[in-house]
Amino acid sequence: MKRVLETKEIAGESPNWLLTRFDDLVNWARANSLWPMPFGTACCAIEFMATAASRYDLARFGMERQSFSPRQADVLICAGRLPFKLAPVIRRIYDQMPQPKWVISMGACASSGGIFDNYAMVQGIDTIVPVDVYVPGCPPRPEGLLYGILLLHKKIKGESLVIPGLRDEQSLGPTGLRLPPREIDELSEPFGNSVHQTRSA
Amino acid sequence: MNPSAEGLRATFGDAIGRVVEARGETTVFVAAARLLDIMRWLQTAPDQLYNYLVDVTAVEYRDRERPLEVVYQLRSLSRRANLRVKVELDPRGELAVDSVTPLWAGANWLEREVYDMFGIVFAGHPDLRRILMWETYAEGHPLRKDFPLRGRFSRSEQVRQALNANPEANYSLEELSIAEAYGEIPSDMRDRLRRGERGDVGGVE
Repeated sequence: MKRVLETKEIAGESPNWLLTRFDDLVNWARANSLWPMPFGTACCAIEFMATAASRYDLARFGMERQSFSPRQADVLICAGRLPFKLAPVIRRIYDQMPQPKWVISMGACASSGGIFDNYAMVQGIDTIVPVDVYVPGCPPRPEGLLYGILLLHKKIKGESLVIPGLRDEQSLGPTGLRLPPREIDELSEPFGNSVHQTRSA
Repeated sequence: MNPSAEGLRATFGDAIGRVVEARGETTVFVAAARLLDIMRWLQTAPDQLYNYLVDVTAVEYRDRERPLEVVYQLRSLSRRANLRVKVELDPRGELAVDSVTPLWAGANWLEREVYDMFGIVFAGHPDLRRILMWETYAEGHPLRKDFPLRGRFSRSEQVRQALNANPEANYSLEELSIAEAYGEIPSDMRDRLRRGERGDVGGVE
């Protein structure tokens, strides 16, 4: 906070002036009042609820208000696995959120498909929407999610308003995808135990 | 042995195949052609009264020679008896069987699920559409043994098709609304709901 608010006494007057960088002021405000849009599909959502409840208390970070409407939300928290049938739904919710907006991918399934390397499951929500913070775990403990949120604060405080294109809407490309198909295939490659399965199995 | 098995054999003769009993549960294999008659008899005959269709599902075995089975779990609420009825379908032929929705309205979604996952067609079903996968899903029927675990298309193609599936094109808000369904339920059930009563399950003290 010292860096943000530097007061300076001018000519013996009381300190009525406050000097700071505009970026710092805006980012300070943004980072400390993130309104989460919870997209809970599985057991991670239970941990998310625990994080929001009194013991871990998201309200300490300005996240008192869960925004169940994407129109009034800043950060989309995908807590749980995402089946292909829900892919257009989360994309629509992301598109409906106003800028500035961020996405937290909570848990192994949202981040990579997790143990569900099958026909029904999106292999990481970053093939559908851009992701800012990945929180590992199956499911992550509330401390893990809080750490991810604090990392997002750090990321927001490093942003600048003058970076061109930073807050532009990134809609789906002419292919109907947000990434080139080759990249999606690469992101969705099997890993860990699932390398023993083959596509022709 | 469930006495319904002998009753079926006496009434339908050749249409009843083998009867298997395992761990106190009786399974009767019946001919697909007579399924609807057999089910109607099981539902309405005074000493049968299997008025509750618990589940409809299907089985495909690893052995390609073995036929697919459509499985019906029946329960008589008044007699407190269970019966499992199976129909065998040759995987090389047409996978089709009569729908039991005229007998149990609850079979509607169960048969849609079997159609979605196995590709078995239920003749006479009022609304045979996919129910778990989205309607434009083009990769086949996921629970079949020849279906690869990760699906047939590349991941990028799967993502593209999923993002292009417009959910609102197939499911209207009216379809998802319970209030709209109120007009479609049987009048006696509507009456009971209004009075807040439990239904008569027949003969249970």
